[in-house]
Amino acid sequence: MISAAVPLSCAGGGDFSLIHFFLLSDNMASSEDSATEKLTAPDRVTPKGDTSIFNSMAFRGIAYQVLLAAFVILGGLYLYINVNANLERQGIATGWSFFNENAGFDIGESPIEYDSEDSYGFALWVGVLNTLRVAFVGIILATILGVFMGIARTSRNWLLSKVANVYVEICRNVPVVLHVLFWATVVRFLPHPKQAITPFDGAFLMNRGIVFPIPNEHPAYIWVGVAFVLGVIGAIFLGRWAQRRREMTGQYIPTFLWGCVIVIGLPLAAWLVQGAPLTWNVPALRGFNFQGGMALSPEYAALVVGVTVYTAAFIAEIVRAGIQSVPHGQIEAARALGLRPSFIMHYVTMPQALRVIVPPTASQYLSLTKNSSLGVLIGYPDLVNIGNTTLNQTGQAVEAIAIMMIVYLSISLAISTFMNLYNRLVAIKER
Amino acid sequence: MNDTTPSAAANPRHTARPPTERVAMLRWMRENLFNSPINSMITVIIALFLVFALPDFIQWALFQSVWSGDHEACRAATGACWAVVGEKHRPMLFGVYPYDQHWRLILALVIYLSVIAATMTPAFWKVKILMPLWIFNLIVTLILMWGGVLGLQPIETSQWGGLPLTMVLFTGTVVFGSPLAVLLALGRRSHLPGIKSICVVFIESLRGVPLITILFVAVNVFPLFLPEGLEFDKLLRVMAGMAIFFACYQAEVIRGGLQAVPRGQIEAAEALGLSYWQLMRRIVLPQALRICLPGLVNHIIAAFKNTSFVLIIGLFDILTATTAVMEDPVWRIFFVEAYLFVALIYFVFCFALSKYSQLVERWLGEGRRF
Amino acid sequence: MKTFITAVAAIAFAGAMAVDTKTAMAEDGPTLKAVKARGEVICGVHQGRYGFAIADSQGKWKGLDVDFCRAVAAATLGDSEKVKYIPLGSVQRFPALQSGEVDMLSRTTTITLTRDSALGLNFGPPTFYTGTGFMVRKSIGATTVDQMAGAAICVFPGSTTEKNIASLFKSKGMKFTPVVIESSKQLVGAYMSGRCDVLAMDQAGLPGHQQYDAKKPADHLIIPGVYSKEPLGIGVRAGDDQWFDIIKWVTHATFNAEEWGVSSKNVDSMLKTKDPNVKRLLGASADLGKKLGLDKQWAYRIIKQVGNYGEIYESNWGPPLSLARGINNLWTNGGLMYGFPMK
Repeated sequence: MISAAVPLSCAGGGDFSLIHFFLLSDNMASSEDSATEKLTAPDRVTPKGDTSIFNSMAFRGIAYQVLLAAFVILGGLYLYINVNANLERQGIATGWSFFNENAGFDIGESPIEYDSEDSYGFALWVGVLNTLRVAFVGIILATILGVFMGIARTSRNWLLSKVANVYVEICRNVPVVLHVLFWATVVRFLPHPKQAITPFDGAFLMNRGIVFPIPNEHPAYIWVGVAFVLGVIGAIFLGRWAQRRREMTGQYIPTFLWGCVIVIGLPLAAWLVQGAPLTWNVPALRGFNFQGGMALSPEYAALVVGVTVYTAAFIAEIVRAGIQSVPHGQIEAARALGLRPSFIMHYVTMPQALRVIVPPTASQYLSLTKNSSLGVLIGYPDLVNIGNTTLNQTGQAVEAIAIMMIVYLSISLAISTFMNLYNRLVAIKER
Repeated sequence: MNDTTPSAAANPRHTARPPTERVAMLRWMRENLFNSPINSMITVIIALFLVFALPDFIQWALFQSVWSGDHEACRAATGACWAVVGEKHRPMLFGVYPYDQHWRLILALVIYLSVIAATMTPAFWKVKILMPLWIFNLIVTLILMWGGVLGLQPIETSQWGGLPLTMVLFTGTVVFGSPLAVLLALGRRSHLPGIKSICVVFIESLRGVPLITILFVAVNVFPLFLPEGLEFDKLLRVMAGMAIFFACYQAEVIRGGLQAVPRGQIEAAEALGLSYWQLMRRIVLPQALRICLPGLVNHIIAAFKNTSFVLIIGLFDILTATTAVMEDPVWRIFFVEAYLFVALIYFVFCFALSKYSQLVERWLGEGRRF
Repeated sequence: MKTFITAVAAIAFAGAMAVDTKTAMAEDGPTLKAVKARGEVICGVHQGRYGFAIADSQGKWKGLDVDFCRAVAAATLGDSEKVKYIPLGSVQRFPALQSGEVDMLSRTTTITLTRDSALGLNFGPPTFYTGTGFMVRKSIGATTVDQMAGAAICVFPGSTTEKNIASLFKSKGMKFTPVVIESSKQLVGAYMSGRCDVLAMDQAGLPGHQQYDAKKPADHLIIPGVYSKEPLGIGVRAGDDQWFDIIKWVTHATFNAEEWGVSSKNVDSMLKTKDPNVKRLLGASADLGKKLGLDKQWAYRIIKQVGNYGEIYESNWGPPLSLARGINNLWTNGGLMYGFPMK
């Protein structure tokens, strides 16, 4: 168990420990605890003849802890008193009342309706949503690109593996700050709205961002969504059932195809049943800018692309290491048994590779989320950007920065909880 | 070449000629580029892309570029303007450091980089050599940068800039961060619940927030936490923030290494009656650090890249200095070239470090493989 | 154990030291005392705005805000060159002042009630009056604010401009898309590259950007008229009245010097003048400096080394920017600059 933990932790994993502490999940922490527990075995070392209390390991242990606790508490108190005195002496406002005050500034893009007369608290909430918007899309794109590049690096195609290699080396050895600045510059070089590039009808690419048509709202879409959720649940149950059946009878059922059919087919059927309503909200140039359709700002695009390209390079490395960690003999043995390649991938390679891949990938997801704070550099209204403006308008640096930290900590905690659950799913169970 | 490939691929038996260079190459291509229909397709797509993109890029970067001269020449050319690097390299590399004192920074950089080169050579891997070497290095480079003694004009940290500042931040982060990382890792593995929980909370809360917020705290908030009249240098505050951030990540890597040290080793040491610190210093840590060396180097590289975050708080590292230099309206439009130059510096350093760490892994791996 | 005790002792000692410095500094004017001990005034300025604060390629700063930093250094330290300039973004500026990173904030900062009160700052008299202005690309065809509905507007975060345009557009029932970037280069670059239709900032800042940052200055138009009141003043930390007084009277000294005809060229001959006002100002008859914690010649040095307000204005807003003085003229010439009596 211990040796198995090494490659994970050394690859930069270990964000999982967040959960160890906060959720105190027993079975995950147990391996660590059993190793910790007897690390120094205090009492055994104490010489029998020496009865001085200062030489007792137990006493020293308590003394160390008391001293450290006292240090932390007194230090914290000292800083607290100082900051209060400083704020009072300089007459700087304190407290959280600014939360309900009128923010008075506009925000360039917001997933929810925001107005300059809304409160600072609401403006910050818009910032949180904008941060999540980058993190969510960035994580998905980085995973796709990273997995592709990782597999490409192990490809038998020389050209492909070299190109992937060059990509990985260049992107992960250049700071993410430069990545973001670079893409922010690239989007500036796109043409003006009047000369926008149209990759396909109705979509426009320009220095104001990307706009593309979206279907107009229709009550039928709610049912399509419901059907989609049902489809996903159905596919999961199908997978479970197929696995049970395989374990009992040895019969292999290709669930992937059927899963896809259910997940896509059900919403499609729901849509068709409702009479297949479809009208497009096509963007058009009105005044200075495009109206209608879905619009992504250039800052959003630059930030997403920047953090994605950077993080994907790391994920590619992790995926490569994961695939190469599976002993080749196993795959050969599986082939010798006459298993089909998809089966080998699904039941031999992936379960073992995922074990190596998931923990460090979770770290990468966390770092992507944290790097999305670079939006402040290029003018994307993420949490840090709006927090910064709030800090400036209200002058309450301590509170504004505290909010940023608390929100990021919560997001990190949520991501690592989720990834921890997933890790538990893919971890090889020891019997 | 292309028209011979398919026939050779189709009837390999008919090519019974003695293996020449050409055929060997064909075979290599067959094995590595066209070994399956999908691979052939991928190869063709990538090759087409390269054929279209690469010549343009090379034209821009090399043949049509301007390597020296003024901005007029650059504006006239269609290619890259590398002259901007020639024109502006000094403020980019050295920031706002007084112009006539730049020789001190160059000297400091040369000394610093040679010490790093020496540190990378296994022949120097002895504490008796490395410790004095690094103490000498730090003292000399700091004296050169700070001045105030030996007739050198004193120069404040707020005027330090460019690549030397990046190096100072990086060195400070690693030098202050590493011991803290070891302490945090040991604390987290401690059997004393009080110490363990404090370390866990500390590590995890700092790992959960972006570096930017920690820099904000160091710059904007921390001075408010000090009593009136007590001030710390901004550079020092930022460095401390980065060191703590670095330590929290490094502590997790070290913890992984600690967990991997075989229990038998610890038990044997305990049986010999070693104290906790003796046990850690002589038995556990040397093995643990060796085991997780790749992870350690990864985070050291990350620490180097992270120095670029100071752009946001306005310390003049090489990236900030470049951004500031590019405010010059005459040269402003050539910032792509300037940023590429900076990216290249980061790349060379990080790439060299990662390749070197792979080398060291192999060295350490030799004789341990069983 | 021993090392631990030593460490605790060391920390306790450091704490005691900290308390010591505190009592020592609290006696009088901590900022002036720190400035004198340091031999330097640390002045927060704009990262780069023509006319207010811009550094040339040798790192030498120039501008109206910069000249007031120099004036304070001349008054307090006797040498206008003893200034350390800290370029600050619009967001960083207040924390930098609050946290003591800078002694004074001379950075195109509008005096507002909130900033004066809740931010824990004090502001000297306005050194420059301006208002929110707009620059547009001529090709978009807008010549008034009413034609800007739906425009993308580049604006600095945390600036008064940001709030002004939000309420201006709201009052007109128009929408706009703010593009908010703190870095001056990034923001102006965003406008010049066409990311925004409009660049909004203090109107006095616009001619510089039009002149120096546009590929063709003639392609851009500064919309006539200002859309808010932006009195720019020097900010200092609240709680140090002496330093606040120095800032206040350094500013008034430059106004009064212009009004009374004292300039850097004639200041030496003016020492022998009969005008009682000028004699008091230059320290020839009374010692006004003492009341501020300065010496007799403080105002003499300001005028000698930096100049009176008119000279400061001319050297920064003269050609090529050529911004008419307008309301920044002396009150005697129909402007708002009004030096208080120095008695």
